[in-house]
Amino acid sequence: MHIHEYQAKDVLRSYGVPVPDGFAAMDADAAGDAADKLPGPVYVVKAQIHAGGRGKGSFKELGADAGGGVRLARSASEVREHAVQMLNNTLVTVQTGPDGKQVNRLYVEAGSEIDKEFYLSLLVDRATGYTSFVVSTEGGMDIEAVAEETPDKILTLGVDPATGFMPHHGRAVAKALGLTGDLAKQAEALAAKLYAAFTARDMEMLEINPLVLTGDGELRCLDAKIGFDSNALPRHPDIAEMRDETEEDAKEIEASRHDLSYIALDGDIGCMVNGAGLAMGTMDIIKYHGGTPANFLDVGGGATTEKVAAAFKIITADPNVKGILVNIFGGIMRCDVIAEGIVSAVREVGLSVPLVVRLEGTNVAEGKQIIEGSGLNVISADDLDDAAQKIVKAVGGSN
Amino acid sequence: MSILIDKDTRVLCQGMTGKTATFHTRAALEYGTKMVGGVAPGKGGSSHLDLPVFDTVMEARQATDADATVIYVPPLGAADAICEAIHAEIPLIVCITEGIPVLDMQRVNRALTGSKSRLLGPNCPGLITTDECKIGIMPTSIFRKGSVGIVSRSGTLTYEAVFQTSQQGLGQTTAVGIGGDPIKGTEFIDVLEMFLADPATESIVMIGEIGGQAEEDAAQFLADEARRGRSKPTVGFIAGRTAPPGRRMGHAGAVISGGKGGAEDKIAAMREAGIRVSPTPARIGETLVGLLDGRSEDAQIAAAE
Repeated sequence: MHIHEYQAKDVLRSYGVPVPDGFAAMDADAAGDAADKLPGPVYVVKAQIHAGGRGKGSFKELGADAGGGVRLARSASEVREHAVQMLNNTLVTVQTGPDGKQVNRLYVEAGSEIDKEFYLSLLVDRATGYTSFVVSTEGGMDIEAVAEETPDKILTLGVDPATGFMPHHGRAVAKALGLTGDLAKQAEALAAKLYAAFTARDMEMLEINPLVLTGDGELRCLDAKIGFDSNALPRHPDIAEMRDETEEDAKEIEASRHDLSYIALDGDIGCMVNGAGLAMGTMDIIKYHGGTPANFLDVGGGATTEKVAAAFKIITADPNVKGILVNIFGGIMRCDVIAEGIVSAVREVGLSVPLVVRLEGTNVAEGKQIIEGSGLNVISADDLDDAAQKIVKAVGGSN
Repeated sequence: MSILIDKDTRVLCQGMTGKTATFHTRAALEYGTKMVGGVAPGKGGSSHLDLPVFDTVMEARQATDADATVIYVPPLGAADAICEAIHAEIPLIVCITEGIPVLDMQRVNRALTGSKSRLLGPNCPGLITTDECKIGIMPTSIFRKGSVGIVSRSGTLTYEAVFQTSQQGLGQTTAVGIGGDPIKGTEFIDVLEMFLADPATESIVMIGEIGGQAEEDAAQFLADEARRGRSKPTVGFIAGRTAPPGRRMGHAGAVISGGKGGAEDKIAAMREAGIRVSPTPARIGETLVGLLDGRSEDAQIAAAE
């Protein structure tokens, strides 16, 4: 789960991490009031959306020279003017895609005089299984590009979970940032606090880009991006409350309410599958036979009739869907349960597109009987290849 | 022969009195698995499904001399359950639980280092040695005693591979689901090493998916072993060729990030290592038969179209 920058900074502040002072604002007046509470003379007004590249982005509704999603202001009234322009308008950045994202929240913070920019992040390194620092002197840039072009400018440093953070980790981070003396001490303390926040709050990603050295000789986190491990949210109810559903796909939210794993894609064949691997495999085989999948949907191992019906409704609600492929290999999940779910969902929401069903595994005969006995216009398939070919043909793809 | 488990393996179940665990323990007993007891804190001294229930894994191990334990404990308690089993020195720990926080698994993984235990999973369907022992949630009806060793990151794709190799008349020695989490106890390489060493396993099916490097590592391992003169015909499949980057495809570990972990790289690594890659999840069995019959890949694809 991702949160907004202002929320991330609140979390970090509670661990003593140096971040600029600032206030969230949902309307222009609140933005002006926020500026009044800050010392000035420079303020930064930042659009709060779950996507990067805000500074270089542009607003759909405004002219090309209107400024991006991160703007400087020199007075409270200027902050208010920017807020009026940004709020409720659509910010398009390299990460939002062409549709952009509507700006509903702003963050107004004290401007910082920047002498130098660095990159510092924490993540769980898959290869080692350790929580690792990623450190670079190349701040403010896309770290993947830095990794590609100048890999020697990036240090990756794993922390053994048996010891946790040790002073030597701090020294290594400071060294990699090229800092000495008091600044090295600041970097060591910062690294310790970031690690503490990361592990205590079950983060999966914590990125400070840029970390800056200010004109008055302080290290400060100018931006902060945090992703939390969704599996750990039950033990962090305060974090779970920070979720902003307006930043997510409505269908994906609906799916998560039913404990379904759903990802919207841009094709026209809706899929309902049990198991993540088989769901990916089903998307792949649709493509192999010349079609394009409209979604990834894993109904999971313990689906009920209601869950299957909910899944079916989510798929049929997608206007791009021209046909549906149901592919179930019943293990724990019995084919008759799936069949009943499909039949009851079709009876409830109707069926205006072709539906191909492939069932295999536990109680497959009973499942097929339920489908056939329902009188519904369902195309049944013998195996997965057959199923994929039939649905691709039914929506008018190749083959 | 087989790997990891056989008809003599004595199995405990942690969290046995829960609904899911009860269902699968019953199925394991029906399959002939030697279930020897269960662990449910606070319920020690009682019995469930005619099996003794213990408060702690240590007590259960001492009373039953178990070789393996299967864990159906809810996600936030699962790391504790695994570590309790490591502490009790159970040789094989199979964790079915999905949704364990990754930082919990980080500590579990560290606890495994230097321990007497092997962990399979978490977030896996378990394993079956055909007609001998079932640990976990795989459906038994699709298995048939035979010569193929199957290892997979995905549950239902394991079932596909089992089903198809049964249909082709080849059957299985052992099928192992290693699980879809990014941090796990047993990797492809561990299982492939066992299959290479097992005389009853004549060929191998390996099913991977996007995310991480494990398939590339496994391919390299098989290539290195082949150079040393140890090899068995192997068919591979990688799920997620059409998965968009940056999105987690159901499994916590199935994500292409920073341009790494994509399907094409894995497929290329497999091919380079001499693994024949099935073009679709529906042709795993057919591809293996073709390989065993000495047909070329092109001839096989042409015949299928």
